[in-house]
Amino acid sequence: MLTDTTTTPVYELTKSDKKFVGWHILFAVAALTVGALFGPLQALQAAGIDLYPKIDFLFIEINGVNSYYQGLTLHGVLNALIWTTFFITGFTTLVVIRGLKRGLAIPILNRIGFWMMVAGLVTAAIPLLGNKASVLYTFYPPMQADTLFYIGLVLVVVGSWIEGYGFYITLWRWRKDNPDTRTPFIVLAVVINMVMWQIATLGVAAEILGLILPWALGWVDGIDPQLSRTFFWFTGHPLVYFWLLPAYASWYAMLPKQAGGKLFSDTLARLAFWLFLLLSIPLGFHHQFVDPGVPAGWKFIHSLLTFGVGFPSLLTLFTVVASLEYAARKRGGKGLFGWIRALPWGDGSVTAQLLAGILFIFGGIGGVANASYNVNLVLHNTAWVPGHFHLTVASAVTLSFFGISYWMVPHITGKPLWKPKWAVASSWIYFSGMLIFSNAMHTVGLLGAPRRTPLGLAPYVPAEWNGHLFRVAVGGSIMWIGLMLFVTIVAVTAFQRKRLPEGEYIDVPVAESLDDPQQAPVWLDRWKPWLIATVVLIILAYGPQLIDQILGIELTSPGFTN
Amino acid sequence: MSTPSSEKTKMHIDPTERAWMRAAIVVLVIFAVSVTIAGFMLGIQVPTEEQRVNPQTIQDAPPWSEPGVREIVPGEKYDVYIVSKRFFYEPSTVEVPVGAEVTFYVTSTDVQHGFKIQDTNVNFMAVPGEVSKLTTTFNEAGTYDYICTEYCGLGHAAMFGSVLVTQ
Repeated sequence: MLTDTTTTPVYELTKSDKKFVGWHILFAVAALTVGALFGPLQALQAAGIDLYPKIDFLFIEINGVNSYYQGLTLHGVLNALIWTTFFITGFTTLVVIRGLKRGLAIPILNRIGFWMMVAGLVTAAIPLLGNKASVLYTFYPPMQADTLFYIGLVLVVVGSWIEGYGFYITLWRWRKDNPDTRTPFIVLAVVINMVMWQIATLGVAAEILGLILPWALGWVDGIDPQLSRTFFWFTGHPLVYFWLLPAYASWYAMLPKQAGGKLFSDTLARLAFWLFLLLSIPLGFHHQFVDPGVPAGWKFIHSLLTFGVGFPSLLTLFTVVASLEYAARKRGGKGLFGWIRALPWGDGSVTAQLLAGILFIFGGIGGVANASYNVNLVLHNTAWVPGHFHLTVASAVTLSFFGISYWMVPHITGKPLWKPKWAVASSWIYFSGMLIFSNAMHTVGLLGAPRRTPLGLAPYVPAEWNGHLFRVAVGGSIMWIGLMLFVTIVAVTAFQRKRLPEGEYIDVPVAESLDDPQQAPVWLDRWKPWLIATVVLIILAYGPQLIDQILGIELTSPGFTN
Repeated sequence: MSTPSSEKTKMHIDPTERAWMRAAIVVLVIFAVSVTIAGFMLGIQVPTEEQRVNPQTIQDAPPWSEPGVREIVPGEKYDVYIVSKRFFYEPSTVEVPVGAEVTFYVTSTDVQHGFKIQDTNVNFMAVPGEVSKLTTTFNEAGTYDYICTEYCGLGHAAMFGSVLVTQ
């Protein structure tokens, strides 16, 4: 049962566009599948059950202990970087074409960008699988990976930029042809996300091209680890918004339609996205609260700016819930909270996104604690942190992408969703596992358990952690079952022989808004003032400290392998 | 933000949502004020810029050539120098008295490490080329482990040391 079956599509993507989107999703889901394999292994390791030696045939280099960190690196790179980036660029392609009701301006540009990303993935996979890049997805120098790992990452990022250029040109031409029409909100949302990504990734580009590659290639003897961290986190926090904003776009502009309602406020949805462009980047020092080389004053400023980005997040919470309530009441929902039951919980796509939203409320609350300057002292690098980001990237984002896939795969393949009831079940299973896992991770983190550590081997683990670590193992394993069910459903859907009945068509759900988009103020449809403000704020919030660190650069750290 | 010429610039906001927006701002301001009070009036501070060093030569001269405890004022004030290395801390145990003000100076001579003393607010990165510094007071006697919280290589999980707090 899918929400939106119709015989007359508003605008249909061409076969070749659908195929192109499909390639994105194929690589995304493949990366998710391989990366997620290590999730339960890490979770079980925490409880003292080490299955790594049992699967060492998967690794080119066999080494029992080493496999934990190699597995953790694969888990982070494939799930946090590859699954997200490939899915997001694919989803953005579909939204831009369908939202503007026209093809990409220069299709070949997007294809070059995409295949560059694939080339990057393959290039990075060689050292990753060969245990030559077990540096985790933050790859902090002076721990050094094989050069191919960095080159692969550069190709993925530059490929995503090129896809971005394809979107900008497409939107720019549409605006020239439609000077008096407001850009459809959903297109504005996903393109703002790509622009934000373009600006944010300049940090990691400077880190890899300016510091790491010359050092990894042996052109210079050393590297400045502190400056590397600052460049990395310039990208590192906006990275989470890059993952999150496409899910927000779906919650704002697709989910209400799927639930049978409308977007509560088109105007405020636009405002929220512009604020995300403005505020996502100049707050990276909140990941460096406990770094020795950054003055406390700058950390404090970035803490305040992080509270600032809480505003559009809270705005999103209101608008999304209001839109859902509107839909539920239209469906006969009653009561202060009773309307929640009237939402279409039988629809796997809707359920996945509703559960994603519920988990994200906890993720958001935990995020405020992380961002709170000195409160961070009790949390930094504890298990609380992965507990937190599994509620954001692995719940709000990943579960939403499950939900999107449940209509998108049928849409692009013209095939019916396989086992729709299992689709509903997959999200509930994943959700249940996540509740257990994330709660245990937060708790054991507060008790002092470090992240990124095979606690099954650590000599300092007190008995009081054990119960929580057991729950980590249980929750992590349940999540994996839900995730594998998702993978199976989309794989069978895509590769089955069965097609949708003649004349039946699964459309892209695009919600109308309660207010007329044409009534949105002009300043919410202008790029220039927002881009200027974004750049100015970055210069103010980062400029002086960045210049200080660059002028004080000391290339004194040689490389170390793990 | 400049408002370009157009008739349609008035923004419609639902009254409920307007109230929500106000509440959101109030809540965020409360968070910011709380953090400010805790940081600058109660003195719960994060590490700040301390000193740049050369990780390759730092142990050639004092105080880093002989890391460990320095008694500044007996029973009251101590400095502790700790070097993080793969995969141990130098020294691996330090002893300080209950109730004294203890300042930890930590650096690394190889990769990035973490340094977190359990049950205290001392938690920071040990970055080669930098010195991390935080001050704390142990109000109860006992053993407080300091553990490495950043992946530093194959032996990372075994990297820890202990503060022995004595009466």
